[in-house]
Amino acid sequence: MPPTENTPTTASASSSPAIEFTDVEKSFGPTTVLKNLNFTVAPGERVTLIGPSGSGKTTILRLVMTLEELTDGYIFVDGQPLTFENRGGKRVELPKKRTREMTTRIGMVFQQFNLFPNMTVLENIIEAPVHVLGKSKAEASKEAKELLERVGLADKADAHPTRLSGGQQQRVAIARALAMSPEILLLDEVTSALDPELVGDVLGVLRDIAETTDITMLLVTHEMQFARDVSHRVMMFDGGQVLEEGPPDQIFNNPQHERTRSFLSSVL
Amino acid sequence: MWNWEFAVEALPILLRGFVNTLIATVVGTVIAAILGLILAVAIRGLPRWINWLVRLLVAFVRNTPLVVQLLFVYYAFSDIPGLVDVPALVIGFIVIGIHYSTYMSESYRAGIDSVPPGQFEAATALSLPPVRTFTAIVLPQALRATIPSLGNYAVAMFKDTPFLFAISVVELVTAAKNFGGSTFAYTEAFTLAGIIFLAASYPTSLLIQRLDRRLATY
Amino acid sequence: MNDNVTTLLNFLPQLWEGVQTTIILTVAGSIGAVLIAIILGLSMTSPSAWLRVPARIIVEFFRGTSLLVQLFWLFFVLPLFGFDLDPMACGIGALALNYGAYCAEVVRSSIKTVAPGQWEAAIALSLSPTRRMIRVIFPQAWALMIPSIATLLIQLLKGTAVVSFITLSDLTDKTTQLRQSTGDTMFAFSVSLIIYFALAWLLQELMNFLERRAASALGRRRPNSRTDRREARRLARADAVRRDRLASHAAANEGANHSTGADPTKNPFPGQGGGL
Repeated sequence: MPPTENTPTTASASSSPAIEFTDVEKSFGPTTVLKNLNFTVAPGERVTLIGPSGSGKTTILRLVMTLEELTDGYIFVDGQPLTFENRGGKRVELPKKRTREMTTRIGMVFQQFNLFPNMTVLENIIEAPVHVLGKSKAEASKEAKELLERVGLADKADAHPTRLSGGQQQRVAIARALAMSPEILLLDEVTSALDPELVGDVLGVLRDIAETTDITMLLVTHEMQFARDVSHRVMMFDGGQVLEEGPPDQIFNNPQHERTRSFLSSVL
Repeated sequence: MWNWEFAVEALPILLRGFVNTLIATVVGTVIAAILGLILAVAIRGLPRWINWLVRLLVAFVRNTPLVVQLLFVYYAFSDIPGLVDVPALVIGFIVIGIHYSTYMSESYRAGIDSVPPGQFEAATALSLPPVRTFTAIVLPQALRATIPSLGNYAVAMFKDTPFLFAISVVELVTAAKNFGGSTFAYTEAFTLAGIIFLAASYPTSLLIQRLDRRLATY
Repeated sequence: MNDNVTTLLNFLPQLWEGVQTTIILTVAGSIGAVLIAIILGLSMTSPSAWLRVPARIIVEFFRGTSLLVQLFWLFFVLPLFGFDLDPMACGIGALALNYGAYCAEVVRSSIKTVAPGQWEAAIALSLSPTRRMIRVIFPQAWALMIPSIATLLIQLLKGTAVVSFITLSDLTDKTTQLRQSTGDTMFAFSVSLIIYFALAWLLQELMNFLERRAASALGRRRPNSRTDRREARRLARADAVRRDRLASHAAANEGANHSTGADPTKNPFPGQGGGL
């Protein structure tokens, strides 16, 4: 299933990239994880980040979600600065409130699901639509139920997250992220914490979203077949740099770099 | 509001009281540490119902006010005719020691429980007698884990010594109150008393915290 | 002995007054302590040093100076500055401030213990910081902090006995009166200690109830089921030293940086499935 039918360019409404990294640098103390990173993701594009652990893939997602502070450089979402902007040559941090407005366009699904255990499944999903987007409870609940239907958990609305299997929890987490109608969806190793027999359900839901929506997706995954099926582009990271990138067929079948080859042979 | 003359005058009186505070703390800690260990270890070998009784007693002492216990013992001693006068300070550190032994026994118990079962098994495999296993293998490991916790209870005990006021032991706070009563310099007396407490307990706590981290790394 | 019982029966109305004073002090002191703890504890987790540092200083101050010093300060020194509090207000104030400072440390460490993923998910949903705390973090921290707070509130109950030093006629004061009228120390104090023990038991039961409710709000099984108790014992053993150490930290005056407050007593009352 090569994703030719909805290519990013046709899905794009505006001319600005959905995500743009400009000279991004990220250090944790003395360790520099990302250096001079530049790349763009077009609206509607689905990009998979691959690479050995510690190559900075997850850090990229966390930077977009503002879970990590940018050490240097800029990130733009829809052409607008996310956390820092360049004001007359000076790098200025944006007010937190402005950043939070920006992040409403971005959704994230985590490896460990991170559902709120003190809320039911439905409450988890409607919390942000009601209290961030200001939707009415009735409207948000109606949409939440539709989303639960879509991820195959219509009967679990009033269940406690802790009573669900990992796969079910992750599908709720996906529904929770979608309830904000994000333009960008970040998927951080969403199947890594699941038992093998539960992985299929979650990937099925994601495939469905990929096929039926034009949400921009940035994903980190070890499921290479899935990456090959849904992504328009694959970026191979090593040492905080993009080592090579291209359509999945090219990267998986005909990698240019020895590092890419050895990485792929270790995971395939 | 603040009179330095009174403060200077009060200080030596307070420090004399502080000596009693320290005596009560140190002797109380020793009593609590020894009795706590006995409570934690001895009941292991006892029949079930005695074991239960001891625990009930421990819970009782732990969950009733130290002040009431002090008064109880103080009056009980004074009731017995013909008994040589037991100084209030002695009653003080005995009761405070017993009170805190109920806390410390819990620390010891936790420490002993934390020794990995493999250690018992290894000792059994070496055919060590039970007593030797306990004193040479289990206890040293348990104590290492217990010491910071005992230290923290000692600090807590230190801050409880003013309760000895109830049985008129002239410790720091009682000394401050007496001084205030005769001069009306309550501000200086109680403020100084607070400062002395803080100056003694805060560094000790930090020290225990460091010790805790040191021991925890092993 | 019969004389004692008669005296006790005649003394009951007075004794009840004393018990009421002790209960009022405990309840009002506890509510005050928890409120102070939440304010100071949240301040200590604030990213702003303007909140964090003063809160930390207040906490260390009230933990480091003894309860009785604080009580006497409120009772004897404040009037010299023109603030005349009645003894009840002094008692409640000193108890709330002293134990509130201890509880604040528990609140702080419990908030820090909530899984980082929960913060991250709340940020990913663009929840405001206030909403994040009220709706996501605090409810989970609350479940973690109850056992340690229960321990401290029982200490507060025991601490109420000092108010007899500032002319309040609480249970302790009535005990000495009962002793005088019966002339039997053993009898008077046994009655009193048993009442205190019963009050502590009630308080513990109340906190256990709150803990169960908090746990079930998090979708955990009621911690009182048989399997839970077995599981809890297993965990308690594995965790014993760390918990105890932390508990003793909570009891004493340590600085900061502990991952969680913990409950030193586990269950102070035998026969309720905890200690035995």
